[in-house]
Amino acid sequence: MLEVKGLHKRYGDLVAVEEVSFVVRAGETIGLLGPNGAGKTTTVSMIAGLLRPDRGQVLIDGAEVRRESDPLKRKMGLVPQEMALHDELSARGNLALFGALYGMRGPGLQRAMDAALDLAGLADRAKDKVATFSGGMKRRLNLATALLHDPQILLLDEPTVGVDPQSRNAIFGNLEEFRRQGKALVYTTHYMEEAERLCDRIIIIDHGKVIANDSLEAVRRLVPAVNVIEIEIEKAGADGWYADLGLLPDVESVDLQGAILRVAVRDLTDTSPRVLEWLRQHGYRYGHLASQRADLETVFLTLTGRSVRNA
Amino acid sequence: MNFTAFNATAFNALVRRDLHLFFIDRRAVTMSFVAPILIASFFGYIFGGVTNEVAPSKIRVAAVDQDGSEMSRKLVAALSADKSLEVTAEPLDQARADVRVGHSVVAAVIPKGFEQQAARAFLRGSDKPEIQLLYDPSHSPELAMVNGMLTQHVMEVVSSEVFAGANSQKYLDSGLRELDRAAGIDPATKRALQQLLGAVGQLNAGAQANPQGAAAAGGFSMPFTVKREAVTSRRGQVYNGMAHSFAGMSVQFILFMGIDAGMMMIYQRRSGLWKRLQAAPISRFVLIGSRAASAAIIAMVILGVVFSFARLVFHVRIEGSMPGFVLVCAAFSIMTAAFGLLVAVLGKTPEATRGLAILATLILVMLGGSWVPTFLFPQWLQSASFAVPTRWAVDGLDGMIWRGLGFDAALAPVAAMLGFAAVFGALAVWRFRWDAPA
Repeated sequence: MLEVKGLHKRYGDLVAVEEVSFVVRAGETIGLLGPNGAGKTTTVSMIAGLLRPDRGQVLIDGAEVRRESDPLKRKMGLVPQEMALHDELSARGNLALFGALYGMRGPGLQRAMDAALDLAGLADRAKDKVATFSGGMKRRLNLATALLHDPQILLLDEPTVGVDPQSRNAIFGNLEEFRRQGKALVYTTHYMEEAERLCDRIIIIDHGKVIANDSLEAVRRLVPAVNVIEIEIEKAGADGWYADLGLLPDVESVDLQGAILRVAVRDLTDTSPRVLEWLRQHGYRYGHLASQRADLETVFLTLTGRSVRNA
Repeated sequence: MNFTAFNATAFNALVRRDLHLFFIDRRAVTMSFVAPILIASFFGYIFGGVTNEVAPSKIRVAAVDQDGSEMSRKLVAALSADKSLEVTAEPLDQARADVRVGHSVVAAVIPKGFEQQAARAFLRGSDKPEIQLLYDPSHSPELAMVNGMLTQHVMEVVSSEVFAGANSQKYLDSGLRELDRAAGIDPATKRALQQLLGAVGQLNAGAQANPQGAAAAGGFSMPFTVKREAVTSRRGQVYNGMAHSFAGMSVQFILFMGIDAGMMMIYQRRSGLWKRLQAAPISRFVLIGSRAASAAIIAMVILGVVFSFARLVFHVRIEGSMPGFVLVCAAFSIMTAAFGLLVAVLGKTPEATRGLAILATLILVMLGGSWVPTFLFPQWLQSASFAVPTRWAVDGLDGMIWRGLGFDAALAPVAAMLGFAAVFGALAVWRFRWDAPA
C-alpha cells in the first residue's frame, strides 16, 4: 500500500534522513522510533508531501504523487505533531473546512463529520469553539480531522504528545480499530511502550538512518540482553557514578532514568547478585527492585548506546 | 468527487473560513471599520468639513501700538475687523513672549511717530515708517497672509486720513510746503503736483463742510472685490471635505487589512494547519487564490461600510459615475489582496515582516496622497507618485466621488491598479514556497 524507497534529505551539512526504505501493507501498523531529531518527522513529512526529498520515492499503491493537487493524496491522512486546528472555529467548523479540502460536501460530508465527532467523543461539543477544549480533546479532534475523508494510509506524527491517560487510551483504541479496518498506519513516537502496544513492526531511526526494521519480537532478539533489572536508588551519586557497573561480566548496558537504574544483563541468575553486591560495596542503597524482559528502550540503548528519551 | 487543479469546494471553504475568522476578530474589525471612519471624520473636519460654511480658523495677531495716534488706532481697529484675523492689543514685551510660546502667530509693532511719517511718506514717498513683524517661524505661510492684509489696511487707513481725516489739511499744507522747498523737480511736474494737492485740499474742505459727503470722499480703497466659486461636480454643489479624507483613510486602512491577511498566512505556515493544507490535494492556486479572494471581498465590504457611513452622516455623495466608483473600489480591493499575498510570500517571520510591511504601506499611503493632496508635493514627486498604486486609488476615488467625473475617467486608475495587482500576484505565485521558513 505504501512503499518508501531510498529517501534522502540533507539540510546544508546535516544529513537529516539517509536512504530510508520500508513498506507498509494494509492492516499493518509500523512504528518509527527514535529520539528527537532522529529524522522521524522529516521522513513522515516527505511521505506526506510536505518536504521534497533530495533522493528517493514515495509510492502509494505503486504510483508516485506527481503534483500538489494529485488525487492520490486523498489516500493519505496526516496527523501532524503540532495541533492543526483553528481555535476560533467550532469542532464542526474545523471538520467542515478540512473535509472540503478533500472535495467533500453535502450529505456525505455531514455523515463523515458525525462519525468523526463520535470517534473523537466530541459529539456533544460539536458547536463549541476549539479554544474551549482541553489538550486531550484537541488531540482527539486533531486525529478525527485526518480521518474525515477515510484515508487508507494514516500518518501519525507523535499524536499523543501532552495527552492525558484517558485521551491516550481513547486514541489507542481508535488506532487499533483502524488497523482492524485494514488501514495502513505509520506511527512515530519516542514512547517505547506506545510502540510496543500498537505496532506490528518497528523501524528504529537514529541520526537519519534505519538501524532496525523488523517485527517487535525480531527487534528484541537483536540484542543479547534478555532481562533488565530496574533498581530504585535512594540516593544517587555524582554524574556517571554507575558507569563502572557496565564493566561487570555479562552486563550489557546501564542507564539511569530519574531514580531508576536500568541494568541490562544476559543472565539474571548469575549477574544480578554481582550488580547488587557492587551497589552495596559502593554505599548505594535501593528501595525497590524489579526485573523484566528486555523492552524496546533497552534495544534502543543497546543499539545506539543512548537512551531514547535522553538522546 | 472530481479533483482538478482547481478544487472549487476547497476554494470556497477557504474563502468562507477567512471571512469568518476576519469578522469574529474584534481587533481586525475595529481596525478596518471604526478606525478609518474616526480618522477620516477628524481629517475631514480639519480640512474643511462638510460645507464651506464652516468658519475658517483665524490667524492670531498681536498689535503693538506704540504711536497711540488717531491713524494707528484706526489701523488696529481695521485689522481687528478683518474676519481672517484675531487681533489683541498688547505691549511689546508681552507680544514678543506670546509669539515665542506660540500663542500669537505674528506681532505687528506700529512705531512711535507712525502717523506723521506715514502721511508724509504717502505724499512724498520718503522717510517711510517701519512696521516690525515678529513672527513664529513655524507659521511662515501665515506671515505672508498677514503681510498682505496689513498692506491693504495701512493703505486704506493712511489714504483715508490724508485725504479725508481730521488732520488732512495739515498734511496737505505740509506737503505743499515741502514741495515748494524741493529742488531738482521739473517745474512742470512740480506745478502739476501743487495743483493736485490743492484740489485735494479743496475737496477735503468741501467734505468738512458737508459731513454726509465726507463718507463718500473716503480715501483709497481696494479697487476690486473677489467672488469665490469652488469648481466641484456641478454648479452650486459645495465641496465636501469629508470626501477626500474618507477616500484617503479607506485606502490606508484597507492596505493595513491586506497586511493582516498576509500575516495570517505567515502565521499559518508556522503551524500544523499549514501541514494539513499542504497534505491535502489542493494546488497553490487554490490556496493563494482563496486568500486573495477573501481579502478582496473584505476590502469591498470595508469600502461599502465606510462610504455608507460617510453618505449617511456627512452626506458624501458619489457625484460621478456609480459604476465607475464600484469598478475603482473593486480594482483597489484586488490590488490590496495581491499586495497582501506578496507580503505573505516574501515575509520570513511575522515579527520582521509586520514592521517592514507597515513601513511600506505608510510610504505608499503618503505618496498616494491619502494624508495630504498630491498637489502639495514638489513637481518631481507628483510625477513620481504615479508609480505607486495608491495614487491611482485616491485619484480614482476622488474623481468618482467629489469631482463628479464620468465612467471614462475611472478606466485609467482601474487599469493601473489591475496592472499592479497582476505584477504583485505573479510575484507571489513565483516566490511561493510550501516549505515553512526555518
